[in-house]
Amino acid sequence: MLLRHTSKEVKERVGLTINPAKTCQPIGAMYAALGIHGCLPHSHGSQGCCSYHRSTLTRHYKEPVMAATSSFTEGASVFGGQANLLAAIETIFSVYDPDIIAVHSTCLSETIGDDLQQITRKAKDDGKVPEGKHLIFASTPSFIGSHVTGYANMVTGIASQFAVSSGIKKNQINIIAGWMEPSDMREIKRLSSVLGVKIVLFPDTSDVLDAPQSGKHEFYPKGGTTVAELQSSGDSLSSLALGCISAEPAAIALEKCCKVPFKTLDIPIGLTATDRFIMALSQAGGVTVPDEITADRGRLVDVMADMEQYLYGKRVALFGDPDQLVPLTEFLLDLNMKPVFIVSGTPGQRFEKRMNLLLNERTPETKFRNGIGADMFLLHQWMKNEPVDLLIGNSYGKYMARDEDVPFIRFGFPILDRIGHSYFPNVGYSGGLRLVEKILNALMDRQDRDALEEKFELVM
Amino acid sequence: MDSIGILEGRQKQIFEKKSGATQADIACDTSSLSGSVSQRACVFCGSRVVLYPVADAIHLVHGPIGCAAYTWDIRGAVSSGPELHRLSFSTDLQEMDVIYGGEKKLYKSLIELIEQYKPKAAFIYSTCIVGLIGDDIEAVCKKVARETGIPVLPVHSEGFKGTKKDGYKAACHALMQLIGTGSTQDISKQSINILGEFNLAGEAWIIRQYYEKMGIEVVATLTGDGRIDAVRRAHGATLNVVQCSGSMTWLAKEMEEKYGIPYIRVSYFGIEDMSKSLYDVAVKFPERPEIMDAAKQIVSEEVKTLYPSLQKFKKALTGKKAAIYVGGAFKTFSLIKALRSIGMSVVLAGSQTGNKDDYARLKEMCDEGTVIVDDSNPVELSKFILEKGADLLIGGVKERPIAFKLGIGFCDHNHERKIPLAGFVGMYNFALEVYQSVMSPVWQFAPRKGGSL
Repeated sequence: MLLRHTSKEVKERVGLTINPAKTCQPIGAMYAALGIHGCLPHSHGSQGCCSYHRSTLTRHYKEPVMAATSSFTEGASVFGGQANLLAAIETIFSVYDPDIIAVHSTCLSETIGDDLQQITRKAKDDGKVPEGKHLIFASTPSFIGSHVTGYANMVTGIASQFAVSSGIKKNQINIIAGWMEPSDMREIKRLSSVLGVKIVLFPDTSDVLDAPQSGKHEFYPKGGTTVAELQSSGDSLSSLALGCISAEPAAIALEKCCKVPFKTLDIPIGLTATDRFIMALSQAGGVTVPDEITADRGRLVDVMADMEQYLYGKRVALFGDPDQLVPLTEFLLDLNMKPVFIVSGTPGQRFEKRMNLLLNERTPETKFRNGIGADMFLLHQWMKNEPVDLLIGNSYGKYMARDEDVPFIRFGFPILDRIGHSYFPNVGYSGGLRLVEKILNALMDRQDRDALEEKFELVM
Repeated sequence: MDSIGILEGRQKQIFEKKSGATQADIACDTSSLSGSVSQRACVFCGSRVVLYPVADAIHLVHGPIGCAAYTWDIRGAVSSGPELHRLSFSTDLQEMDVIYGGEKKLYKSLIELIEQYKPKAAFIYSTCIVGLIGDDIEAVCKKVARETGIPVLPVHSEGFKGTKKDGYKAACHALMQLIGTGSTQDISKQSINILGEFNLAGEAWIIRQYYEKMGIEVVATLTGDGRIDAVRRAHGATLNVVQCSGSMTWLAKEMEEKYGIPYIRVSYFGIEDMSKSLYDVAVKFPERPEIMDAAKQIVSEEVKTLYPSLQKFKKALTGKKAAIYVGGAFKTFSLIKALRSIGMSVVLAGSQTGNKDDYARLKEMCDEGTVIVDDSNPVELSKFILEKGADLLIGGVKERPIAFKLGIGFCDHNHERKIPLAGFVGMYNFALEVYQSVMSPVWQFAPRKGGSL
């Protein structure tokens, strides 16, 4: 009973977060930057930040994760980090030779007042950025928002600092990926290609964080959105932003700088969110939906019908990041399950609004909370008071699942103790199918485990 | 990658042992160059790893959420009882706290925590921005200690204020506040503290058992399976036995100065060093010759069963080459010996935080042609592994996937070891793990080994 101290009585806490359902901005920025081809993320702060982010991403992906750091010392913190960053930029271009350096800030550099816009401009003015190379930045103070905010800020930085408008439109659609796995990005590209729509997807961590065993350590793996693609995004017909928190800010930036209109959608997790994505993409690209995709959809609906009796009314607790939780909640409702407790450490009112819209009619008893005070301790307390049938969340859910003896599905970030997320998507109809399979396996394995001998059934 | 060379300014931190070459000292104990892809961490990380295994204290991270989130239960330091150390507590500082200060939030968090968990003590870790916004943590801790009656100890671990080593020192400083506050009544004259052993995968239990079998009382393990009450009476021990040179030598020196307790440095990895660490302790208690007899008996019994069981591995591994890149240099010495005992040679040896003496000794120990590095990075590691034809890399979390991408075996000798590698049984486990990984059939499918379509 690792969480034996969790008390049933829910008391409003004033200052304290116990077992957080979020982490800080810079890791999101680092992850986003890895989705640009030939890009070396750079952490402008103490050495530990960079090391922790790389370790966490490595544990999640089981891949090498390359990133540099300004290695702040006491002097830098007194006199400002400009000298460190300028030196770092020079070192990185001369030794590691990336196409792009994507700098993000940390709580330390933000608090001492380093202005990344000014410092990166100075670096360019001083000729520290070689011809044909790029230096971009995003401000990611750790004391605001969460890792999701940091991801959004870096994606916005990528959009606004690369996109150019040539005045001639290109027959292509931008898809701005909300926080999702390399497998999901690969699936988005596959769906677009089956639909016959040319897209620019960014960021794109497929072939970066799911790289094959090659006998070499590729410092810059072959994947990632290219600079040419990013620059051309300013000429695209429109943008689809997948996720109102992690992707929409970049779409807004593109509209502002290059007048590319956009539409915000959910990350296509589950049936209806995928429907909306396919419809929006086919409309934006002016294509009809091919039979192949209709058949994919049909298979998902078929399974949902076949197994509806095992899903009905099952109470689910879930935690994670808002852009994933919203469509996941919708999918659970479509499966006739009851998402009763939902927690996200990421603040923002959009989450509350969307959840209210989704849940008010169908499961008004659902408790959800995000931002300050929304941590796993609270979720565990809720589960103790009103037990659930299933828990869905990142690896840290395993403590609650064990203590409460509840079936558990790993979903979200980070997943430190299982594989699969890098390779099998959660998005699209096939992703939906995978989720239904996981849910059913978890529930039915439990049913088998607990069944009395006479009720232990072969055919289910 | 082939075009990426060695970072300018790093040449002095790399050394290749050649006969007749000038024996310049390796440069170390320096901070990393800005812009390097270093494998190192920060001051906070150092403090956190040292204090983390104290299982009946709360560990509250005062700062934005990240520092608490990234260090939540990632280190397998096991406890035989309470497990408060495996939870994550943070003041989750927000923008307003950065502007107006976080002292109130810290105070309230501490009160809430202590009420909820009834811990034996509390450690409060300062993170980078706490050092900047000027929170008087010391004062808050004193106030809470007064009100709750438990020790509330600030750990000055602002990330930028040095290297991981400074973090070790900050942690030891906090421990020093506790040591000396408990009763030393009934502590035997033949007693020790085990320092720098963090009970990863239960290693401290193994070591403790050996010493107890010898008739020695272990007063406290610092900090593996640690308990506040044991720490408080640690000054009653006769001898400090220090493993892991970087993290706890400072504490041993402080205890020597303040309480007159002498210390010795040991290592529990490999047959040779493990045996020596029992003998070296026994020697310190000449008044009880049966202690040395017991040590001899333990070693002879253990080696009698261990030695034959290693031969299978040795046969398979003879002639294979290893690369070592770990946190502290002291561990490297043992690993070189342990690897030699299973027929393997070391072609690359390095550490994140070794000092001058460490590297001097390393140079002496290594074979010709061995590359020695301080504060290395993935490019260098990959380069030397390929050039030297290593079959195994020993390292930590960030090094593992590099080894696997290159298509060579790996052994985690850091937080993420899943089985004990210390002690005699640990030597068997180590050999088994190395054997499993190096001899795995998977490498034959790697393109570099001709395994492509």
